[in-house]
Amino acid sequence: MREIHYDNIVLAVERLCVESNYFLGDDVLKSIKQALQTEESPVGREVLQQILDNARIAREDEVPLCQDCGYAVVFVELGQDAHIVGGDLDEAIAEGVRRGYQKGYLRKSVVAHPYSARINTQDNTPPVIHTRIVPGDRLRLIVAPKGGGSENMSALAMLKPADGRKGVIDFVVDTVRKAGANPCPPTIVGVGIGGTAERAMLLAKTSLLREVGKPSQVPADAELEKDILASVNRLGIGPQGLGGRTTALAVHVESQPCHIASLPVAVNIQCHSARHKEAIL
Amino acid sequence: MQIHTPLTDQVVEKLKAGDKVLISGTIYVARDAAHKRMVEALDRGESLPFNPEGQIIYYMGPAPAKPGRAIGSAGPTTSYRMDPYAPRLMQVGLKGMIGKGNRSQPVKDAMKQFKAVYFAATGGAGALIAKSVTSAEVIAYDDLGAEALRKLEVEDFPAIVINDIYGGDAYQEGIRKYASSDT
Repeated sequence: MREIHYDNIVLAVERLCVESNYFLGDDVLKSIKQALQTEESPVGREVLQQILDNARIAREDEVPLCQDCGYAVVFVELGQDAHIVGGDLDEAIAEGVRRGYQKGYLRKSVVAHPYSARINTQDNTPPVIHTRIVPGDRLRLIVAPKGGGSENMSALAMLKPADGRKGVIDFVVDTVRKAGANPCPPTIVGVGIGGTAERAMLLAKTSLLREVGKPSQVPADAELEKDILASVNRLGIGPQGLGGRTTALAVHVESQPCHIASLPVAVNIQCHSARHKEAIL
Repeated sequence: MQIHTPLTDQVVEKLKAGDKVLISGTIYVARDAAHKRMVEALDRGESLPFNPEGQIIYYMGPAPAKPGRAIGSAGPTTSYRMDPYAPRLMQVGLKGMIGKGNRSQPVKDAMKQFKAVYFAATGGAGALIAKSVTSAEVIAYDDLGAEALRKLEVEDFPAIVINDIYGGDAYQEGIRKYASSDT
């Protein structure tokens, strides 16, 4: 059985926390450059240019893209033939987050209890960890820091099956409309459809890991992505909510089977600072 | 338009929704937890850790400064979370707020009543915005970490007027201009 050491997991997570916060992905940059070509609003274009300038400064100076360095969300795919040695997997990930946020001069944005004293844990732990056991003997780690501003605009609806495709579109577009300038548009709109309530939200979040604007492999979902994107970009919210055609860069839909009584729809909005980096050990 | 802090009524009266401004001078930094403490202090009849008259509060919690830098990344946070506290601060003389996102009607009403203005800075451009900050110091609530109350010196800090004292709203105007009817 292939062994993967605790220390290597710590090192990988530490590096991914820092790199995801400093270096915006090429897919995001490309998408913003495209929007700069098509955006009609002068102030909208100015904002898009600022976002590109900001990404260049962050990369050159090795500083975080955004002061909100996010809640550390970590997706783990653990091969069933791999064996973790030297310590506990979740603790290795937490230690990597601790070190990454400290050494990378990243903001610590976690409070220990959600509604009582709200005392900062000072090291951005605990992370949120989603682990799946998969075939093989590798460990895949994806660190996706999530800012509070966009996360706060999340929404879940348990629609009636009779609401159908139109019901899904209306709910997603209405969620984006209500969010307005809050989630730092242009955004990527993550949509999870089906499963159960908690699964729908996880699908929405997982969809944000996809290359920006890459259509779903499921033809019906790819069509839905196009239609929702067109509707969202007719809202006029625009970059930073100052008016324009680019409210979202992309809509990503993930779907799965669901109960005969249900049509769960979850929306998880990602700001333009769409950060995630991965490593395979 | 170049503006300097502290803001006078004369300057506030000139600002209109959609105006681009470059702000220079001293500004104060506070977000959720610091606002709660400031308003609790006022409710107990105490004074604030700084004199708010004519001042601007920037809704922000910076990333830690790397060695040799004034501040880490320093972009705005979403403003609506400060809506429950903002009117109370305008009542004691606050003239400006910098953040991002919509404000509530009571905040907009208070802005008219007390002659204050709301600016937005570009959310997610924290590395860029940090370039306009020349110095930063924590002046109160040190235990709050990223949420401590800070005093910044800024030079040509880029912002846009969202809500003016005449009821103008740059977000609503933007949507009016660019929304298609068939959504």
